[in-house]
Amino acid sequence: MSDISLRDVRKVYSGAEAPTIPGLSLEIVSGELCVLVGPSGCGKSTLLRMVAGLEEVSDGEIAIAGRRVNDLEPAERDISMVFQNYALYPHMTVFNNMAYGLKNRGMPKDEIRRRVDEAAVMLGLDGFLARRPRELSGGQRQRVAMGRAIVREPAAFLFDEPLSNLDAKLRVKTRVEIRDLQQRLRTTSIYVTHDQQEAMTLADKLVVMNAGQIEQIGTPIEVYERPASLFVAGFIGSPPMNLLPPSAVPSLAPASAPEHALIGIRPESMVPADDGPIALDVRVVERLGATSTIHGRLPGLESDVIASVPSTVPADPGRTMRFSSPGDGVHLFDGRTGRRLG
Amino acid sequence: MRTKKVTFRHRWLPYALVAPQIVITLVFFIWPASQALYQSVLRQDAFGLRTEFVGLANFARLFADPLYLESFFTTVWFSALVAGSSMLVALVLAVMADRVIRQATTYRTLLIWPYAVAPAIAGVLWWFLFNPTIGILAYALEALGYDWNHYQDGTDAMTMIVIAAAWRQVAYNFLFFLAGLQAIPKSLTEAAAIDGAGPVKRFVTIQLPLLSPTVFFLIVVNVVYAFFETFGIVHATTAGGPGNDTVILVYKVWRDAFEGLNLGSSAAQSVILMAIVIALTAIQFRYIERRVEY
Repeated sequence: MSDISLRDVRKVYSGAEAPTIPGLSLEIVSGELCVLVGPSGCGKSTLLRMVAGLEEVSDGEIAIAGRRVNDLEPAERDISMVFQNYALYPHMTVFNNMAYGLKNRGMPKDEIRRRVDEAAVMLGLDGFLARRPRELSGGQRQRVAMGRAIVREPAAFLFDEPLSNLDAKLRVKTRVEIRDLQQRLRTTSIYVTHDQQEAMTLADKLVVMNAGQIEQIGTPIEVYERPASLFVAGFIGSPPMNLLPPSAVPSLAPASAPEHALIGIRPESMVPADDGPIALDVRVVERLGATSTIHGRLPGLESDVIASVPSTVPADPGRTMRFSSPGDGVHLFDGRTGRRLG
Repeated sequence: MRTKKVTFRHRWLPYALVAPQIVITLVFFIWPASQALYQSVLRQDAFGLRTEFVGLANFARLFADPLYLESFFTTVWFSALVAGSSMLVALVLAVMADRVIRQATTYRTLLIWPYAVAPAIAGVLWWFLFNPTIGILAYALEALGYDWNHYQDGTDAMTMIVIAAAWRQVAYNFLFFLAGLQAIPKSLTEAAAIDGAGPVKRFVTIQLPLLSPTVFFLIVVNVVYAFFETFGIVHATTAGGPGNDTVILVYKVWRDAFEGLNLGSSAAQSVILMAIVIALTAIQFRYIERRVEY
């Protein structure tokens, strides 16, 4: 078990005008699963590849288990990585795929056999060791990729969007398996994803990234309950947080709120109330079973306001519904800097 | 599912469009090939006054002829050397070009140029370079203490035509190897790097096995090339000499017909060559159909 620390890490591609990562620091505690989440192009994969040693670090320092690894080859960093496309060796059997890294390190044959068998049982792959990757389903391939990472017993696992090639149902199932596996092995992990739901469910520590910089670090609940910026407020949570000018909902805006402030209310915090201050002209009602998502307009606003309510609440397009929001459901942001106020 | 049929309004248009190709095939392939088949069972005197049907006697005589068998082995040896050396050099170049990022297209373009040179020209070029009297390479070899003379030494002559033939083919092989290497996902080599394999090990255990379909395809193409397209090189440089040391099969076909005036035997040799090329092509097609092997 070991921690990973990044200090003022920069990445500038030669020929690029702006740095991909202008300078970023992050501490990952031993045994923790840290999820980097952000939109595509935010630098999260680049960051992961720098930790893996697949991209050069332009400036700053990366340390794994207290050891500076900037100038070490990927093989010497004691990490293993699960790739988005799994990167299984197509001409090798499942067994050889998992054993390859161990063979390269000169491990004795019976030890290799023991470790691979153990991992195969853990992942439910014991009947498939003699097969080639092309004879496996997407989910099985994904598990072989996991197995290849596990058998090495490395200091850290790196996951680069490992679930994005699976269908929705399998993704949820595999997500749980990864969480379970990581909790059992307690191996420090960095997990990159663009899927905020995946990020919320997996993370011990959630790192929201935007344009090469960290917007917020915290536990998933902290990030959800107190988003540090407009970006985080819009990115984490589904459907996204409603962001309204104080003039649209004067009674909800604190007296101290500056003119350029924005009020954020999560759709889940919109509570139907006959005397509520928010009056929505309902346009569309999406019935999801347990809940319904109501899209409506506030007078004078261009974009929809979204409310998520229990499906028992009667709602029909064309009606006007009134909502209130409890005090702790109202977030206040500075519209100019994008930062949270208060 | 039924495929949609495209109908031309002009009935003659499709025929007119394929006609040139058919005419060319008929005139330059079907006709000569059928002539060769026909001639291979005939015997004609040197003046063309008398022709008689001899059945398979021409073939029987060929297989009993030590000169023909010698030429056969010369050809096998020659094509093995051409295919082997040109593929090896091309693979090394492709691996290096695969790593280059800047100016990659320039390198690629320059490396492809030799393929545009006609075989006879390539032969003459190397003949000049290796000429014992005026050739710069022969001069350089002499400085190194080697007395190069492809007029007298059979090995020298063979080396020269192998180099001339392989040089052109390197460009072709290079293109296929480079495309093959670039088709291997980068994440595979990255995964191997994390798995502790150095550059050489990555090449041998990951890239080379994944290139094997390309390797097989190129072996067939290069052998066909060495068997059939190298006439110009031999004719322009060694003319089969010294002695019979560089008489490859295609060259012997030509020489027996136009210098030896033994049309029957020459035609029989053509038929054998035709059988070889058909066999090679069949192997290649069968393999390509099952290409996605690994």
